[in-house]
Amino acid sequence: MTKWLRNIPALAVAMAGAGIIGAAPADAKVEGDTIILGSAISFTGKYSTNGIHASNGYDLAVKRINEMGGVKVGGKSYKLKIKYYDDESTPLRTAQLGERLIKQDGIKFLLGPYSSATTTAMAPITEKYKIPMVEAEGAARSLFTKGYKYLFAVLSTSEQYLAPVIDVAAEIAKKAGKKPSSLRIAMVFENDPFSQDVRAGVIDAVKKHGMKIVLDDKMPRDLADISATLTKVRALKPDVLVASGHSKGAATAARQIKEMKIDVPMIAMTHCEAAKIIKKFGSSADGFLCPTQWGETLAYKGDTFGSAMDYDTLFKKTYSGYKNVPYQAAQASAAVMVWKDAFERANSFDTEKVRQALSETDMKTFYGSIKFSKAGNNIAKPMVLRQIQKGKFKIVAPLKWASAPVEHPRKVPGM
Amino acid sequence: MVNNIALLTDVPILNVQLLLDGLLIGAIFALAAYGLALVWGVMNVKNLAQGDLVIMGGYIAWYLSELGVHPILGLPIAIVLMFAFGWVVYFLIIRYVIERDLFTSLLATFGLALVIQQLLNLAFGPEVQITESGFAIRSMFEGMVTMADIKFIALCLAAVLATIIVTFMKYSRMGQAIRATAQDPRAAKVMGIDTGRVYAFTFALNSAICGAAGVLISMIWIIQPFFGMSHSIRSFVIVTAAGLGNLPGVIIAGLGLGVAEQYAGFVLGAELQQFSVVALLVAVLVVRQIVQGRRRQAVQ
Repeated sequence: MTKWLRNIPALAVAMAGAGIIGAAPADAKVEGDTIILGSAISFTGKYSTNGIHASNGYDLAVKRINEMGGVKVGGKSYKLKIKYYDDESTPLRTAQLGERLIKQDGIKFLLGPYSSATTTAMAPITEKYKIPMVEAEGAARSLFTKGYKYLFAVLSTSEQYLAPVIDVAAEIAKKAGKKPSSLRIAMVFENDPFSQDVRAGVIDAVKKHGMKIVLDDKMPRDLADISATLTKVRALKPDVLVASGHSKGAATAARQIKEMKIDVPMIAMTHCEAAKIIKKFGSSADGFLCPTQWGETLAYKGDTFGSAMDYDTLFKKTYSGYKNVPYQAAQASAAVMVWKDAFERANSFDTEKVRQALSETDMKTFYGSIKFSKAGNNIAKPMVLRQIQKGKFKIVAPLKWASAPVEHPRKVPGM
Repeated sequence: MVNNIALLTDVPILNVQLLLDGLLIGAIFALAAYGLALVWGVMNVKNLAQGDLVIMGGYIAWYLSELGVHPILGLPIAIVLMFAFGWVVYFLIIRYVIERDLFTSLLATFGLALVIQQLLNLAFGPEVQITESGFAIRSMFEGMVTMADIKFIALCLAAVLATIIVTFMKYSRMGQAIRATAQDPRAAKVMGIDTGRVYAFTFALNSAICGAAGVLISMIWIIQPFFGMSHSIRSFVIVTAAGLGNLPGVIIAGLGLGVAEQYAGFVLGAELQQFSVVALLVAVLVVRQIVQGRRRQAVQ
């Protein structure tokens, strides 16, 4: 025992030494024939469901790319691998883990976390160390107004989520011989960065058509009741009602629209899929318009996965328990594909060269076209609008992919 | 804001909707608040996990409804399970903090709240959940007022539960022991009352009451593992306004809070609906302070 105790200082020194060597930013980003990507993502906490969807998307793309011969750089084939940390759905932890991935683990290429909030925490870290990050799950507009140079996002930004609804309403009004400017809009948005971005997009579209906003309510973070707002809607009789407040906003709105038999010709909300409103509210959710980043019935195609439908089939085959493939998974896969493409075009692992290659990305994938603006957001892929018709999502806009016409006006079930 | 008030005067029937919604949900707030008053009054424990116990009850109803049990039938099951849970929590945590100062009980129950949130999150995931009662929705006054039958049924159930609890407290041995302990724990002990058992029963009863409130909430609003705090705050506001051991006061404050929230949401906008709850708490405390100040002066 005493001998063992005497050895403790030596042991401590040895361990510290090993720690320093381990912690040194060695050339860990490429080990042998493996390129290591890093990601701090939400495996636990409030974002965990979608965090796991996203990590499944990352993993599927890594598996597929490795099976198809990996990434070719300098005439050599490299395999991809992802080093994950769990950020527990807290932005502060995301930032800490970002530091850890870059400084301790020596990762030079990052994949994004899940959610706008955590991505907002991560972006300044990657910017500080000049480490490029391709993210797929942070849509807040504010991410792309700060002049970040090392941030690239494959998804459409949040102000595009509900703006197409206003355009569709304007078109319908025109067809009916009414002036779009005669339409009256009611809005309910949560008071958080994402939903307020969505609101900003709607307001721009409303201004463009000269429509009138008759109601503009904000939901606080943990409100489970908007019946007072809906009472106003009933009295004001708007032509369009738009709502956004993540899953809880969608669930609250869908439940209370049903219970109060709210009769508005056009109702649109975000997060219909995440809140599972078809499953939970059945026919009373019919007629809702829901924006989505991606849908398996779209006619998108690319090299790695083939068509959107092929991706859907492969995903369901790989991961059991999925009835529908969430778009969060699809866009995560697309982010990994962007990395592969950029490595091959840069033909190097130099972060600056790879960053340059990323900024010149111009590719077609199963998830849609990807081309980054100077700010780093994807400007080549539009948002898609779907309507719930007889318990199924049908694409109604943009028109070239529409699988059904918009049902208008919405009929209140049971009336 | 002016527009909204004008809307209320132009279409006065909207007041009926707001009052109905407010009173019906307020009854459930009152139920949970009564549980808090009980624990606070008898044990002097300020239970910050009150709302999380409510949400837990909601999750029991939701889980059972996934298995095909109607939430109304889930109500007694939730009550029994939450009673047992309360008993266990008492022996694990609460009994160590009863005799301690205010902050120990606040900290311990806040910790309990965090643990419940995370356990619910681990077990059921962070998604928003609802339970569906499947009852009809009535329209009145040419569709200007609607009421889901479940809200009315929830009101009746809340009333029945409250009556049972009041009768129990008044006439049963345990009820009498609880009241005696609340008045003077030491004297109660001298009289041969096992105060430890009384405390355990009181906390378990509170937990069961919260569970029942949660089942009703899950049929009317939505539940999510992290929604407990707003329910805790509501309970505190009601109990502070009504005072301990004042059952009629708790009922009136609960109903009043429900209505106040609806009106605040309508007139000030949804963003200030919950703010109004906290603002009311501050107002109540200020008014009480002034009233008590006057009383003190009068005595002097």
